[in-house]
Amino acid sequence: MMRFMLLFSRQGKLRLQKWYTATAERDKKKMVRELMQVVLARKPKMSSFLEWRDLKIVYKRYASLYFCCAVEEQDNELITLEVIHRFVELLDKYFGSVCELDIIFNFEKAYFILDEFLIGGEIQDTSKKSVLKAIEQADLLQEVHTHTHHREKK
Amino acid sequence: MALKIVKGSIDRMFDKNLQDLVRGIRNHKEDEAKYISTCIDEIKQELKQDNIAVKANAVCKLTYLQMLGYDVSWAAFNIVEVMSSSKFTYKRIGYLAASQCFHESTDVIMLTTNQIRKDLSSPNQYDTGVALTGLSCFVTPDLARDLANDIMTLMSHTKPYIRKKAVLIMYKVFLKYPESLRPAFPRLKEKLEDPDPGVQSAAVNVICELARRNPKNYLSLAPLFFKLMTSSTNNWVLIKIIKLFGALTPLEPRLGKKLIEPLTNLIHSVLSLFIVKYLGLLAMSKILKTHPKSVQSHKDLILQCLDDKDESIRLRALDLLYGMVSKKNLMEIVKKLMLHVDKAEGTTYRDELLTKIIDICSQRAYNCLWYISILVELTRLEGTRHGHLIASQMLDVAIRVKAIRAFAVAQMATLLDNAHLLTGNTQRNGICEVLYAAAWICGEFSEHLEEPMATLEAMLRPKVATLPGHIQAVYVQNAAKLFATVLRGQEGAPADSTVAQETSQLLIDRLPLFVQSSNLEVQERASCILQLVKYIQKLQQKDVEVAEEVTALFAGELNPVAPKAQKKVPVPEGLDLDVWINEPPSGSESEDEGRKSKGKAVFAKDESRHTKPRYTEVDEKELAKRREVRKAEQANNPFYIKASPSSQKVRRHSVSKPNPSPSFSLRLWMPMSDQYVKLEEERRERNKADKKKKKDKKKREKGEKGRRRRGDSGPESEEDITPAHMVDIVTEEMPENALPSDDDDKDPNDPHKALNIDLDNCPLMDYQVVVSVIFENKCDSFIKSMEFNVLDSLNSKLQRPDGAGPHDGLIVPFQLPPGISNEARFIFSVQNIVMPQKLKGTLTFIVKTDDSSTHEKLDFKLHFTCTSYLITTPCYSDAYSKLLESGDLKGCSLKLEGVNQPFHHLLARICFHHHFSVVERIDSCASMYSRSIQGHHMCLLVKTADQTVSIDAKCDEPGLLGNVLDEIKLTFSQC
Repeated sequence: MMRFMLLFSRQGKLRLQKWYTATAERDKKKMVRELMQVVLARKPKMSSFLEWRDLKIVYKRYASLYFCCAVEEQDNELITLEVIHRFVELLDKYFGSVCELDIIFNFEKAYFILDEFLIGGEIQDTSKKSVLKAIEQADLLQEVHTHTHHREKK
Repeated sequence: MALKIVKGSIDRMFDKNLQDLVRGIRNHKEDEAKYISTCIDEIKQELKQDNIAVKANAVCKLTYLQMLGYDVSWAAFNIVEVMSSSKFTYKRIGYLAASQCFHESTDVIMLTTNQIRKDLSSPNQYDTGVALTGLSCFVTPDLARDLANDIMTLMSHTKPYIRKKAVLIMYKVFLKYPESLRPAFPRLKEKLEDPDPGVQSAAVNVICELARRNPKNYLSLAPLFFKLMTSSTNNWVLIKIIKLFGALTPLEPRLGKKLIEPLTNLIHSVLSLFIVKYLGLLAMSKILKTHPKSVQSHKDLILQCLDDKDESIRLRALDLLYGMVSKKNLMEIVKKLMLHVDKAEGTTYRDELLTKIIDICSQRAYNCLWYISILVELTRLEGTRHGHLIASQMLDVAIRVKAIRAFAVAQMATLLDNAHLLTGNTQRNGICEVLYAAAWICGEFSEHLEEPMATLEAMLRPKVATLPGHIQAVYVQNAAKLFATVLRGQEGAPADSTVAQETSQLLIDRLPLFVQSSNLEVQERASCILQLVKYIQKLQQKDVEVAEEVTALFAGELNPVAPKAQKKVPVPEGLDLDVWINEPPSGSESEDEGRKSKGKAVFAKDESRHTKPRYTEVDEKELAKRREVRKAEQANNPFYIKASPSSQKVRRHSVSKPNPSPSFSLRLWMPMSDQYVKLEEERRERNKADKKKKKDKKKREKGEKGRRRRGDSGPESEEDITPAHMVDIVTEEMPENALPSDDDDKDPNDPHKALNIDLDNCPLMDYQVVVSVIFENKCDSFIKSMEFNVLDSLNSKLQRPDGAGPHDGLIVPFQLPPGISNEARFIFSVQNIVMPQKLKGTLTFIVKTDDSSTHEKLDFKLHFTCTSYLITTPCYSDAYSKLLESGDLKGCSLKLEGVNQPFHHLLARICFHHHFSVVERIDSCASMYSRSIQGHHMCLLVKTADQTVSIDAKCDEPGLLGNVLDEIKLTFSQC
């Protein structure tokens, strides 16, 4: 099971965090800080996997953004790497050649996409199509609501 | 009211939305904290408004700030408000915020139970979806208990979108509330065959997670997974299933055999992800341990994988081949591997290949001629780092197997003669290490040399001086040995003595080069030998025969040392190896100094200093143990990728030079091993023929009996191949105290331990508990239409009349005038009585006054203690003692201090509050008995002395016992 996923920039700015086990705020902060330091200090040629505390860290850099997942010891690193890539693909499809700014400004959308893809640290759907379809429909629902809302106001 | 809305929306137009906030933060890089604190103030204002849209916007911004590290826990209640919005837009934001900010100790989570339940049963699947998603992040044991039933219902929702989410959340629920696993499991199992692939993969995920922790409980699912594995086309699912089988095969060896076929198919299929192929190979290597034969039949397929373009697959296949080698197929496999060595790209892989070949051969090679030729062939590998490995193997074989020395020496002589091919670039070429072995073998066993003179000449070439020092040293020393041999040959011959003198002259001419060496050892040996040869030459000039004496310098044969030799040497009397030779220095000096300088040497501190090292030692042992356990685990874990030891070494020079093997050397490098393969085959044939002859003979002698046994002569088995040479192959032994690493101790704190529930034989008998509730009207009004309802848990359910829904309340069959009380009874069905539990419930009623009536609600909690499952049952003392003797009961004890009530009061209390009966009482000691509704026996032995009461208790259900004892303790702490 995946414990958490972090997205952070080359400069060490957190862009997205998803914790699949309820963790106290203080611990989260400490772990994020520590992990960012470890990952950012690594050279590009180094392995994407590392052992950290009792977890395995799988990370991959896409442009300026690091995607970093913590999985349990029994989990497979390679499949985690695939999960990261699939998430990037989903973001890319949704935003249309996604960049860091997309995620900064629409961070709630990024979360919604992630939530449709992973739930409770497990893959929920491996089909890109069905994930994107779910997002689109939920968005549509949101649109309708906002529209009616606007009309009410008018 | 209308004005308020308008006002709200106008306000909203001036509000910052999330994008504005983000932009603002980016524009205030210098005073970010200040900017954000003003934003937070704004947000606080926004949260005070009634307009839900404004609130949702504020919460959305807070979620962003939370990510930046700001504390937003103060807004938890507002988040719940937004979650409760009926509009999906806001609900979605609310749940997102909750999933980001809530954790187990967030108080407001308790308030969300009903809201979440409502959302879970919403007709809109996306409402249900966000609720499930949120729940997956912040589910607490309470929420898990209260909502388990609802989520379980959702597992059979009509929409696959909900089903797959519900299935995955169930895993979280299991973790927080293990009791839910048993009732939910049948449905979960059903989902493995769900028509929707998403739901199916979700179920596979959950069961894999569960099974990984407690595989034995899931063995019965193997056939189902087997079916899935053969039918599924989803690679993600396949990976999980293969993983699951990895956990199951050690428990059920028969599985291994069945798995081979589908795994092979997976590897074959071109469509497969490379990961699947990789995992397939890994799984095969696991099966290999239990079913070597069935894997061996797929040798060709595995050999094919050596051609795969992915290096990790090649390495996996190599590993597998390594495990598959037997005496019978050794030559064939090694021959194939040798072909691959030529083609192999990438030094890492090639080195790995080389080590594997050597490893395979060193363990199993029985034809040493063939092995030596393989080793010689390997020396033409460019730029390998394993020269020393080849060298040590050559030495090993040559020393151990007398019969092949002549052959080895001949091969080594050729190597020495062609040394220039190996040493093309000594700096980067590790292969020159083999010259070390070659020189030593030629020197030590020089009597086998056909042309010792030529070899001697080759060893003294000036080029040798470019070799690494330690090799030169061996050259020099062995040149001397060779010299001795050459002299003996020349003096024995009737030829004139000048030939011998010329040999000496050769050494005298060449050795000075080595005397100048910068390497100490080379220089020392060379100068020593040079002087010796000069002296010999002097003697030769006087026509003295020196060969005998020179040979005596190197007399004596080198024998391999048995691995246990050291052990067999008795320890001399009076030698105690455990005694310190010198007293160890006490403590570290710096520490002492530090203490002195501070002048605070306190006794207590002194003591701690002495004990400290002992602790660290224990820690180290413990650490080492853990490390071992971890290693063993990793070794057994197919998904753990070990760093290959070779890849850690960094090559110092990577300048590539053109291939230094020119065409004229081709003849030398013709694969010699092939001819030995042929020879070996012939030898085997001969052996077989010999045996047949013998057999025939026997048969004739045995007559009838022999004929009957003819059928089982069968194919050539491994034992039929006799080794060509006698070799003492040493197999490594395990240390005596090595433990099998199978039962790695499980962490007692592991949350998954609670999920170790045997799912196959669950007692699904329900037991009934009658709860009588006394309703008393304490107000001045008339109360009527009372409806009693309790939120069912998975374990306990309120029994409702047929046709009533699971959330319907029961009508209390009476009305209450002011000041009156009445009793109503409700029946609960209970599955598990081991744990106490609390059920939440509500009573709704109508309060009727003279002019109006109001509908009101009262929340309550029903506490089902474990005591309440006990029934006072009398027991006779003989039956009681028999029960205790049976040994089926497990014990537990309890001590109560400061109880200052008479003993008989104490007993009466236990009898009254906890439904026990006294079996026998002697003075201040009494035995008591009770029985649970499920028939568990519970025996107490109560003793009292000096205000201390000790209770020794026994029961066939330790969990129940522990809880009852806790409750008894509580009773006495309250009095």
